[in-house]
Order: sequence, then C-alpha cells, then structure tokens
Amino acid sequence: MNASAPTPRQTQGGVTLVSEAPPGLSGEGFFATSLSAAIGLARAKSMWPMPYATSCCGIEFMATAAPHYDLARFAMERFAYSPRQADLLMVMGTISKKLGPVLRSVYEQMAEPRWVLSVGACASSGGIFDTYSVLQGIDRIIPVDVYVPGCPPRPEQIIDGLLRVHELAMSESLRRRDTAEYQARLGYYGIA
Amino acid sequence: MANELQNLQEQVAAALGARCLKWEGGELPAVHVPPAEVYSVVRDLYDDAGLAFRFLTSLCGIHFTADATGDGEQLGLIYFLHDLPRNRRMRVKTVFPVAAAEVESITPIFASANWMEREAYDFYGIKFKNHPNLIRIFNIETMTVFPLRKDFPLEDRTRHDKNDPMFGR
Repeated sequence: MNASAPTPRQTQGGVTLVSEAPPGLSGEGFFATSLSAAIGLARAKSMWPMPYATSCCGIEFMATAAPHYDLARFAMERFAYSPRQADLLMVMGTISKKLGPVLRSVYEQMAEPRWVLSVGACASSGGIFDTYSVLQGIDRIIPVDVYVPGCPPRPEQIIDGLLRVHELAMSESLRRRDTAEYQARLGYYGIA
Repeated sequence: MANELQNLQEQVAAALGARCLKWEGGELPAVHVPPAEVYSVVRDLYDDAGLAFRFLTSLCGIHFTADATGDGEQLGLIYFLHDLPRNRRMRVKTVFPVAAAEVESITPIFASANWMEREAYDFYGIKFKNHPNLIRIFNIETMTVFPLRKDFPLEDRTRHDKNDPMFGR
C-alpha cells in the first residue's frame, strides 16, 4: 500500500476502493468501510432480476442477456423466475389492463428490498397504445424506480437503466422500506 | 364458378324460404336473415344434405351508425360458414336495433361459437339467449363499456402525457 503518499479518497457508490483507501483503513487482505456500504455493494452486485417480458422490449432484453451484451458482467445472469426470490422486477413490454392485477400481485409477492425497472415506452406510459385495453404506464399500479425510454430501447439503454438501479441499491438507506417516503409511496398504491 | 354460385343461391333460397330477406352475390356470398331466425337458419344450413354448412369459420359483430343506415343505429352479426364436402363458403348476416341486441345462441350447433359469441358480447354488447357462459372474454371483467361500438372514444381518457396546452390533445 502506498502509505507514505496518501492519494485522494476515491469512492464508488459510497464504497471506498481498496487500492485508494487512506492509510490505516486498508492493508493486506482487509479494508474498513461502513456496514451499509458493504451491504449496498453486496445487494447491487448480486441482484436477482425477474424478467417480466411481454413484447418487443423483451426481445431486446434477451439480446441484453445473451453473450454479446452479457448481463453476467453485472452479476445478473441468474434470473429469478419466481417473484419470491427476485430483487428486481424488470417490466418489459405492453401491459394490458387485464394483465394489470397479475403484475401487481407479482410485485406484492416480492420481498424487500425490491426494485422495479420499467423498460420501454409501453411499460412507462402506454406508448403508442393509447387505447381502451392498455394500461397507460405501470406506475398506475406499482411504484417504479427507474424508467428506460425507447421503443424498444437498445440493450445499452437497458444496461444503463440496470446500472442506475445498482446505484440506487448502493446509495439508498439499507432499510428503505422504513422511510416515510417509501411508506407513503406504497400507501399511494394501496400496497401493504 | 358462376354456375356454382347460382346453384348455391337457389339451394339456399329453397331451404330458407321467406327467411331469406336478401341475397348478396360475389365470391363470398351472403344471405340476410331476420335476427329471430338466425338459429333456425344456421340449423337448416347445417342439416340440409345438399348444403351441409357444418364448419363455423368465424363469427363477428358489427356496428352501423345512424348515418350509415339512415334507419337508426344498428348492431349486426355475421356468421362465416363453410361447406367442407363441396368447399363452398357463405355468410349469414343479420342486423337489429341497439335496444334489441339479442339473438339466439348457436352453441348447440357449433361448440366453437361459445368463445366467438362471448367476443361479440364483449366488444359490442350483443346478448345471446341460452349461451352457457356469457361473460367478457378479452377485456377486463370490470369494464362497463363496449369498446368497438362507434360511439366509444378510441383514445384512453386516463392518459395525461398527450395533453398540450396549445393544441389540446
């Protein structure tokens, strides 16, 4: 370690990088950080997404997950096809009004901490489907953390949205569920 | 081809008698019948050995505005039938006022009409007497409107992002 000439502290999502840690906080095989930063890092780097793909955005997601764009780089290659094991709900595609209650019950089954990524114009706003049968944005029924615009968005955009979810996981309070803002948000949607 | 269609028209006219209000020619001919006679017409076209229309290709509703009919708003039904042994197709058409939108279900003849009649009910509000399970099929159960009627606004009223202060929606 470069103890004689301390470098400026560099952080990534609240976690001090080992190689640039100030003297006394790191050494051979250890570094000191706050518990919340360590847990936030663990959450962000082991996120289990649940793909909820209903249309063409789902095809872009498949490209994102395939080797060319390779979601595994972000430790996300393990998809949870059960909401009970998922940390992140990725809604990709048109959600019809009839599908709304299904999506909501999927969200309700997820354990805290949970995040929602809304991919594409349809999931975010109804998109071109300004009609009687289509839900005009999933934020009518469940809270959304990150929106990815596009029709459909390219894999790079989906990855950007995922990284923003990672930033949330690393920077938010560990018990976000207890914050008044979060409680109010769930209360707005009538989710206990 | 012309002869075959001529034969079909004569056969249908003979089988239906006074129930045949009008014959519409063309490659896919149609017979117009009164709404109260739909069941018996489909039954006769099914049973008649010379016709044998024993396959229901499709069934759909239709809505005419008062402007289109000149005789008040009307709902209608179109049945697409297929005579498989002779490979002939024809339609059965019927129209009725919106207030009296009820016809006899043909599910006793064609089991496949079950979901098609539910679809016509779902989108046009046409009721079917003696249907075993007349509930909505495509739209959410809580919907109270019939969205394919011409007086139903196409765009979703709950959408806000298209509202423009200068140009309206």
